[in-house]
Amino acid sequence: MRFRPLILLALTSLALSACSAGSLGSSDDEGGGKVALSFLVDNSEDTVRIGEQLAKDFTAANPDITVKVETRPQGTEGDNLIKTRLSTGDMTDVFEYNSGSLLQALAPQKNLVAVDDQPWAGQLDDNFKTTVSVGGKTYGAPWGGFIAGAVLYNRAIYAKLNLQIPTTWAAFMANNAKIKAAGIAPVIQTYQDTWTSQLFVLGDFHNVTAAEPDFAEKYTKNQAKYATSPAALKGFQHLQEVHDAGYLNKDFASAKFDDGLKKLAKGEGAHYPMLSSAISTIVANYPEQAKDVGLFAIPSDDAARNGLTVWSPAGVYIPASTEGAKLDAARKFLAFIASPAGCASTGTASTPVGPYAVKGCALPADVTQVAKDSQPYLDRDGGSSLALEFVSPIKGPALEQITVEVGSGIRKAADGAALYDKDVQKQAQQLGLEGW
Amino acid sequence: MSSGGRARSPYPYWFYLPAAVIYGLLFIIPTITAFYFSLTRWTIFDSQFIGFDNYVTFFREPALVSGLTHTLIYAAVTSAAKVVLGMLLAILLTSQIVGRGFLRSVVFFPVLVSTIGVGLTFTVLMNPEQGLINDALAVVGIDGPAWLTDPRYALLSVALVDVWKGVGLATVIYIAGIVSIPSEYFEAATVDGAGAWDSFRRIILPLARPATVTVILLSLIGGLRSFDLIWAMTRGGPGFTSDVIASVIYKQYQAGFYGLSTAGNVVLFLVVTAIVFPLSRLLNRKEVDL
Repeated sequence: MRFRPLILLALTSLALSACSAGSLGSSDDEGGGKVALSFLVDNSEDTVRIGEQLAKDFTAANPDITVKVETRPQGTEGDNLIKTRLSTGDMTDVFEYNSGSLLQALAPQKNLVAVDDQPWAGQLDDNFKTTVSVGGKTYGAPWGGFIAGAVLYNRAIYAKLNLQIPTTWAAFMANNAKIKAAGIAPVIQTYQDTWTSQLFVLGDFHNVTAAEPDFAEKYTKNQAKYATSPAALKGFQHLQEVHDAGYLNKDFASAKFDDGLKKLAKGEGAHYPMLSSAISTIVANYPEQAKDVGLFAIPSDDAARNGLTVWSPAGVYIPASTEGAKLDAARKFLAFIASPAGCASTGTASTPVGPYAVKGCALPADVTQVAKDSQPYLDRDGGSSLALEFVSPIKGPALEQITVEVGSGIRKAADGAALYDKDVQKQAQQLGLEGW
Repeated sequence: MSSGGRARSPYPYWFYLPAAVIYGLLFIIPTITAFYFSLTRWTIFDSQFIGFDNYVTFFREPALVSGLTHTLIYAAVTSAAKVVLGMLLAILLTSQIVGRGFLRSVVFFPVLVSTIGVGLTFTVLMNPEQGLINDALAVVGIDGPAWLTDPRYALLSVALVDVWKGVGLATVIYIAGIVSIPSEYFEAATVDGAGAWDSFRRIILPLARPATVTVILLSLIGGLRSFDLIWAMTRGGPGFTSDVIASVIYKQYQAGFYGLSTAGNVVLFLVVTAIVFPLSRLLNRKEVDL
């Protein structure tokens, strides 16, 4: 009996705090039939530019609806923020977020509005559609185009030293030896930004799946492992080999992503394993040198099966908390994004690097060399595959630390792969998958 | 209403209510729920009871063993360095030197600065290629190490910064301890022909013992749960080479393994208690024996 007031008080204060948090996040309707949408995007330079451009062009076409762009941190901190805001019903009216395995972790069935009934859903690229679909329902509109995970290389160095594009790992290492002899760092790595260390592993997935076509499926079912699959282990071994051979830039441990781009553009380094989207930053910061940067797929053991690993665009989603007039406006906004006008808007804000995920969207004529170099892989049958994170819901969170260790000679490749398998196991258990 | 043998409190029960509500709401309930949730696998959306699986996973975590070792090394190194340096600085700053008051505040300044700010500043200073520290060493012909990016030195480099930032507090505690020693002892010792070393060894060291105990306890607890400086400077890197328990737990939380990280926090709580509680008993008992 004595505790009743206490409980009452506890509940009241909880309710109070929930209220105040809710009113902070959402923006109010404007008068006169106008609707204001809030739109959450991550805070990278490129993303914000695209978000602002989309908001501007959309309002120009729909004067009754205004879109206010808000930003959030990137990486795991941002993941946490999104999950918290979704679970408290405090999300913005529309938000941008990864597709694939990260989207799965948001429990879309419960937290997002499906878009299958929208006319544009049929216009989506099939590869993209699978990466924003969960349980047979589609949830997102595409944020820009496909991206490749590959080796960005300096074409001027290749021309000067008269080198050929390598398709096998042996040829790649032979090129590295010649580049080193010329006094240039063969491979750029930037381990101070740990996420940049993962490309030799993640970008090798086409080569893995070409050698072991059922790897992704078995991996999801806990039947295939990085440490025990010879094809999958290759990525970790490559990472160790370039370090052990002394092919990395001298300051690989302290360099950051921006340093890596600078080295590549200025020809202080020849190869940078990276996402092709990095070219838009090079275009912005080193416009003179951007044409010197090209791309080739991460080399494999078998030249015949060499191909490109492709990242699906992020998605734009509507949370279940968006209702009424705002929901209608949000649907219109997604329809705009998934239309040729939306593609064009994205393209003016940021240099496109790969094909758009909407049928009827064409790349502009003056694309970058990186986009030109990607195209043959995409056109060729079996020349490209989606990255593992889009064909399996599991991605271990500690991969970037493990690849830094393997890539700096702290840990051996086999040991690193085994450690990653353990990391993956935790993620699979957290997701509640069968067989773990 | 109880009518036992205890003396009646001078206050009516409602008088305790505000404090009791705050205490219950902010301390008791979260502590109990933390113990419960450490036994579940939970996302922000739902939870599933899995018994002690989180603890099993946590103890199998390879990063944990190295994290634990790093934590102990870090706590021991920073604590020892703060005792020695704090004592020496305190002796200097209690002597008759010019500008004593000013120098005392200077040594305390780093304590007042934001830890994250200090961390970021030293990250720049310790950059192996462009950092001021290695540039300065190069002038005198020393090829400085890659402080934060060499796996052998990363943890110790952070510990060094921690000592720089924290030694001011230790010094102030020692100054208070030394100043409170009655001057009669020193006078008597001088009459008996004791030198500087003797008065340090026989007077300052034993009589400043309460200060030493405080410094050891404070810096050990600080070292065991240290997180912010390490996170600002290396994020546990390169790889896992400067990971401590707190950063291992934080990374589990970031990755969305909430149950696992809650279990980790329970473990950290037990470890700190297991080290500090007996140590505090031991040190305090010796003081009584003296």
